Amino acid sequence: MHTASITIDGRKLLVDSKQTIIEAAASNGINVPHFCWHPKLSVSGNCRICLVEVEKMPKLVIACMTQVSDGMIINTTNDRVINAREAVMEFILLNHPLDCPICDEAGECKLQDYAFSHSSGFSRFNEDKVHKPKRVELGQHVMFDAERCILCSRCIRFCDEIAGKHQLQFVQRGDTTTIETFPGEKLDNPYSMNVVDICPVGALTNTDFRFKSRVWEMSFTNSVCTSCSRGCNIEVGVRNNEALRLAPRLNENVNSYWMCDNGRLNSFKNINSPSRINLSQIKIGNNYSDIIWEAAIQNIVDNLKVFKKNEVAFLLSSEATNEDNYIMFKFAKEAFSTENIYCYKHTEMNDEDDILIRGDKTPNSFGVETLGINSSKLQELIQKINSGEIKAIYSLEDSFQENEDLFNSFSQLKYFALHATNNSKFTTIANIVLSASTSFEKSGTIINFQGQIQRLIPSIATEEDERSLDGFELSRWDKFAAWNDKWGKGPKRNSRSSWKIVSEVANNFGIKLKFKSSEEVFLELTQKNSAFSGMTYLKLGSQGMKIKNKNINSEVKVS
Amino acid sequence: MNEFLKKSEIKRLKNLTFLQRLYIPEILKGIRITLRQIFKPSFTIQYPEQKFIKPESFRGRPVLVEENGVERCVACGLCSRVCPALAIDVQSAETELEKERYPEIFEINMLRCIFCGFCEEVCPEEAIIMSSDYELSFTDYNSAIYGKDKLLVPIEKVQDRLDHLHRTR
Ligand code: SF4
Ligand code: SF4
Ligand code: SF4
Ligand code: SF4
Ligand code: FES
Repeated sequence: MHTASITIDGRKLLVDSKQTIIEAAASNGINVPHFCWHPKLSVSGNCRICLVEVEKMPKLVIACMTQVSDGMIINTTNDRVINAREAVMEFILLNHPLDCPICDEAGECKLQDYAFSHSSGFSRFNEDKVHKPKRVELGQHVMFDAERCILCSRCIRFCDEIAGKHQLQFVQRGDTTTIETFPGEKLDNPYSMNVVDICPVGALTNTDFRFKSRVWEMSFTNSVCTSCSRGCNIEVGVRNNEALRLAPRLNENVNSYWMCDNGRLNSFKNINSPSRINLSQIKIGNNYSDIIWEAAIQNIVDNLKVFKKNEVAFLLSSEATNEDNYIMFKFAKEAFSTENIYCYKHTEMNDEDDILIRGDKTPNSFGVETLGINSSKLQELIQKINSGEIKAIYSLEDSFQENEDLFNSFSQLKYFALHATNNSKFTTIANIVLSASTSFEKSGTIINFQGQIQRLIPSIATEEDERSLDGFELSRWDKFAAWNDKWGKGPKRNSRSSWKIVSEVANNFGIKLKFKSSEEVFLELTQKNSAFSGMTYLKLGSQGMKIKNKNINSEVKVS
Repeated sequence: MNEFLKKSEIKRLKNLTFLQRLYIPEILKGIRITLRQIFKPSFTIQYPEQKFIKPESFRGRPVLVEENGVERCVACGLCSRVCPALAIDVQSAETELEKERYPEIFEINMLRCIFCGFCEEVCPEEAIIMSSDYELSFTDYNSAIYGKDKLLVPIEKVQDRLDHLHRTR
């Protein structure tokens, strides 16, 4: 690396000589205002807000395009620069509508922020503003407001460079310039909604979230998307205990700044969908009725005891956390000393690309493999059921993706206990359905296809939790609402993390599992499996870690 | 008895005159003032038969302005954010009207409201304003939560307040 020594605002810095001024400044904690520059996109240099002064250069230069060179002396805050910035802001705001009250971006808008920090706070413009179309649907998920657009071209560059689909382009000139999709095209690439995040203003809005909440009314929890084995890092926007919006969170090892539309739109919709299971259900005759936890757990214990040890199989889940799977594994091994432990994995290999989306649609199949179990043995399970060798199954939550073979063979079981978050075809053949928490309601870890172990942090409280007491991220309402206010009192589900349910079952079997939190389960896991050795929730932090060894199967020993 | 000070240590701030020490003249003075007031016009208002004349700047309960049959409010949530008593709950939604947003639910908890007028001051649309209505009574908690049905007031009825705001802002 060639280095250059430069001075920014009097600070002497040694930087990579390939960097631009804005990059060099950013990597040293100096923020130069910018609209069109984005660390992952090509430089377009059209907004001009990043103008800085370089000594010996006659004019101000744009920091995002100018490469550093040895001996450069840069000023980002002197009067000349500030004047230029205010002038640029005045130009950008000339035709900008006074839309903040009805604009979804308000509260997290770069233009709004800069209007406070880098603008004179006064407009000299008395003429009529240029009017452009509002509410233009660029694609199914993205709404465009042409008046708010500041023509930074970030959205165009995103489609071209990251999503690899040329779908957006500038049309017209001067103050009538606007963005359109190419004729006959729609903004429909699988990553289209990332343009909403990178749009520095509210010109592009998320049609799914539009007007649901103001950003300052939500709390934001760092978690991980569970729609495929990439495990994009996300930020869950919650108001009144309801997830309203997901947005990607930077993690250079996993997803960079992006996430796919499917994960963003669909991974949280099961929480409050009509099919959500609210309390455990027991099958009586052909109907299901609610059953309290104690009775549900006793039912499993009583029924599993009826069978011989080798007649019972256990299903781990690639959709459950490592903690859930470990407890189930431990229970199966200790109470049944069985080899009949299986797992299912849902893949759609034709829906995989070389950007983010993975064909493996389960978030934690890798985690199950660290226990020495993988989905390749599933056929064996089907055979054993069909031949009557296995008569009962206890399974963690899994959608099984309506797999016909599995369904037919599970239908023959004498006893089928299933953890589930939502009703599906498989819950109609279960003898008992235990109400499991979704990935937004529980704490735990999952391992993505690269071996990156990451934390799920609960953002939605279940009936067992109290947002303000149990360490949830809190919005203003959560903090200040009294018992008789409506705020923060959205629906809560009567569900539990699977490891808790299985622990209860195990306890009633006489196997004492005294874990108080998923963290305690994880600590035991780190002692039992060298792949996790030395890890703690604290060390995993918000970015996760790589697990140490991919093939540690044989090393897992319980107790 | 005061156990900390001896009697000789207590000092009077000023010595009373003989007349004052008699008390009677002072009592008579007081009676004279009282008698004088009796014959002056009375201050008391016989509420609720009589009502006081409110100054223009009086802040009664906040109401929503209804114009052409719809609320002016665009559900920006600023009043809800600024309200120091956390009295306002707004749920926005999309409308076909030009304003794009409208409040699907707009509720003010009148048990919380402290009539500070911040909501009126912050509203970018002059959609929520302080009315002159101060006579509120509820018999249970839920009836103290005013929804759009109670909050919406046609613009003609609040024109005075709007004029006042335009004059003083
Ligand atoms: S884009 Fe930003 S500045 Fe423009 S209306 Fe929206 S919030 Fe306001
Ligand atoms: S829509 Fe947003 S991202 Fe695209 S050019 Fe306009 S301001 Fe930039
Ligand atoms: S501030 Fe005005 S426009 Fe905004 S939500 Fe309140 S009443 Fe409606
Ligand atoms: S008057 Fe004050 S306390 Fe009452 S609703 Fe408005 S802002 Fe809240
Ligand atoms: S950020 Fe440099 S010109 Fe836009």
